Amino acid sequence: MPITYTSNAQVDVYRFSIPVTIGVPLLALFVQASLPRSFAVYFDLPLLVTIFFAMARRSPVAGLFTGAVIGLAQDMLGSNPIGIYGIAKTVVGYGASSLGVKLDVENAGARFLVTLGFYLVHSAVYFSVAHLLVNMTQTWSWSRGILAGVANAFLSVALFFVLDKFKQRT
Amino acid sequence: MPVVSDDGHDNWQLTTGDWQLFFMESVLGRYRNLVILVGVLFLQVLGLAMQVKRAGNDAENTRLIRIWVVGAITPFERILVWGQNGTSNIWHNYFYLRGVRAENRELKDQIEQMRLEQVRLSEDAAQARRLQTLVAFKEQFISRTVAAQVIGSSGSDLSRIVYIDKGENAGIRRDMAVMTSDGIVGKVLLVYPSVSQVLLINDQSSGVGALLEKTRLQGVLRGTANGEVALERVMSDEQVPVGETVLTSGGDQIFPKGLPVGTVMKVANGKDLFLNIKIKPAANLSKLEEVLVLVEKQERQATEEGVHVRAADILAQRLPSVPDKPATATPIPGVAPAGAKPIAKPASTSTAPKPTGTASPTAPAVKNPSASSVPAASTTVQPAKSADRPSTRQKNSGAASSVAPESTPTEAKPTEPNPDASQSKPASAQPKPADSTTPAPAAPTQPATQPPPAESSPQ
Repeated sequence: MPITYTSNAQVDVYRFSIPVTIGVPLLALFVQASLPRSFAVYFDLPLLVTIFFAMARRSPVAGLFTGAVIGLAQDMLGSNPIGIYGIAKTVVGYGASSLGVKLDVENAGARFLVTLGFYLVHSAVYFSVAHLLVNMTQTWSWSRGILAGVANAFLSVALFFVLDKFKQRT
Repeated sequence: MPVVSDDGHDNWQLTTGDWQLFFMESVLGRYRNLVILVGVLFLQVLGLAMQVKRAGNDAENTRLIRIWVVGAITPFERILVWGQNGTSNIWHNYFYLRGVRAENRELKDQIEQMRLEQVRLSEDAAQARRLQTLVAFKEQFISRTVAAQVIGSSGSDLSRIVYIDKGENAGIRRDMAVMTSDGIVGKVLLVYPSVSQVLLINDQSSGVGALLEKTRLQGVLRGTANGEVALERVMSDEQVPVGETVLTSGGDQIFPKGLPVGTVMKVANGKDLFLNIKIKPAANLSKLEEVLVLVEKQERQATEEGVHVRAADILAQRLPSVPDKPATATPIPGVAPAGAKPIAKPASTSTAPKPTGTASPTAPAVKNPSASSVPAASTTVQPAKSADRPSTRQKNSGAASSVAPESTPTEAKPTEPNPDASQSKPASAQPKPADSTTPAPAAPTQPATQPPPAESSPQ
């Protein structure tokens, strides 16, 4: 299977039913909020859902709005100013959907790498916004970021496999 | 727009409007996605900037939108927690009852030991109250708490908050203290009708007034970016031992004074002449399940109201060598723990029971040799000096001086012969007026049954 597409004709664009579009992000937020803190600090289920929807729809506008909505909802569950996760996930949603147009992101290996990369992008944007705009004290740790990125990447391979069942071809 | 020239040819001239149209069609059409991205990001940054600018009212401004999301998420969390608890209860209450009998026996032993400890603490508390009365301190009492269950968290590394399943309907309000039996947990940040958001003490925006138990140094407890708890504002020239207990100071007006916070884990020099003190929280903040919300606390003048037990009486109960009371002796209500067995030892016994034994019949005695002879009003006439001088305490209780050194751990050091003790005349046994705050000499209560001086000397 080719890793890159030669033309847009090869690109499969998917859509999702409304219950899935609303329910899956809500479920991700709910599970994230219910996870024990020791797990919650390493896994970011809303981010994985954002990446999945963005890559499957392959529309940058849809991707960035998906990321914005999920990120803002995640912000609302916390006590920090609303918009930090929103901005980070908007960027990720846009990037993932743009990448989805160009790459075969249905391959497990590609999904692993894409998720790892976007986790780091997400962390970097989040760190920058929190540090520069909101003036929150932050400590950046490469080792922790990569460890969490790998953990999320592994999880994404399994999660995306499950979420693939909800895809509807347009 | 095409303009017809003199020679009849169309001549295309672009007006300003045309340029705008061209720009819109070419740039926006070509970079539509990017423009939308920038627009969405700009809106969010704008919103963020407004929240940061109004940091003081942030919670109020964003309240409605947070209510929607919290309202959508928390029902699922409640169901999940309910399911977890149901499963856990079935397991623990029906299937996992191995060793309960042995555990029950151990707990009973512990209860017996704690009864002994309770008597000691009652005495200390009574003395503290007397001293507070003398100096007109105000006391804070925890008068009502609401138990709540933790049903979720923010799910974020940076926002250390948890959600509890009690809200406005249960009487919870903003800025109420939240704790467990181990120590403080945080404060209520936002209140919704049926759930509340609790800001943990290890959040960066949290701040708690704290003091060190022994050195009495005060500082401010703050969370760090990586979820640790640090005590700030302690000068670097102070000596802070590792392992020292940290308590709330009450200065934040949220937590009453004296609640356990944690222990000092690490001390290092910080910036700006202050120490960098890492604290290990007493409560396990990463595994919170049930918490107590302090919904009502009272502040009132320290009084001895409702405390009709004299320290001397309590001391007398603890002493195994106290001679038996005459038939008129009556136990003082509220002194003895429920189920405590009176010590029926004769006065002449020389075998003091082990104070820290297991389930032994040496629980604090109920009988008080001096109970019936002194009215409750005399509780206010304890001398101020007696609080910190065991010798004086013993002096107050005629029986106290007869304790064998090994009989009680707290009184293990018998005092030197006190000259005041010999001055305890029956005349001085008259109770002082209740409002008397002047230190009074000893208040011997039962001259008739006072043990002979020979017994009062230390062994």
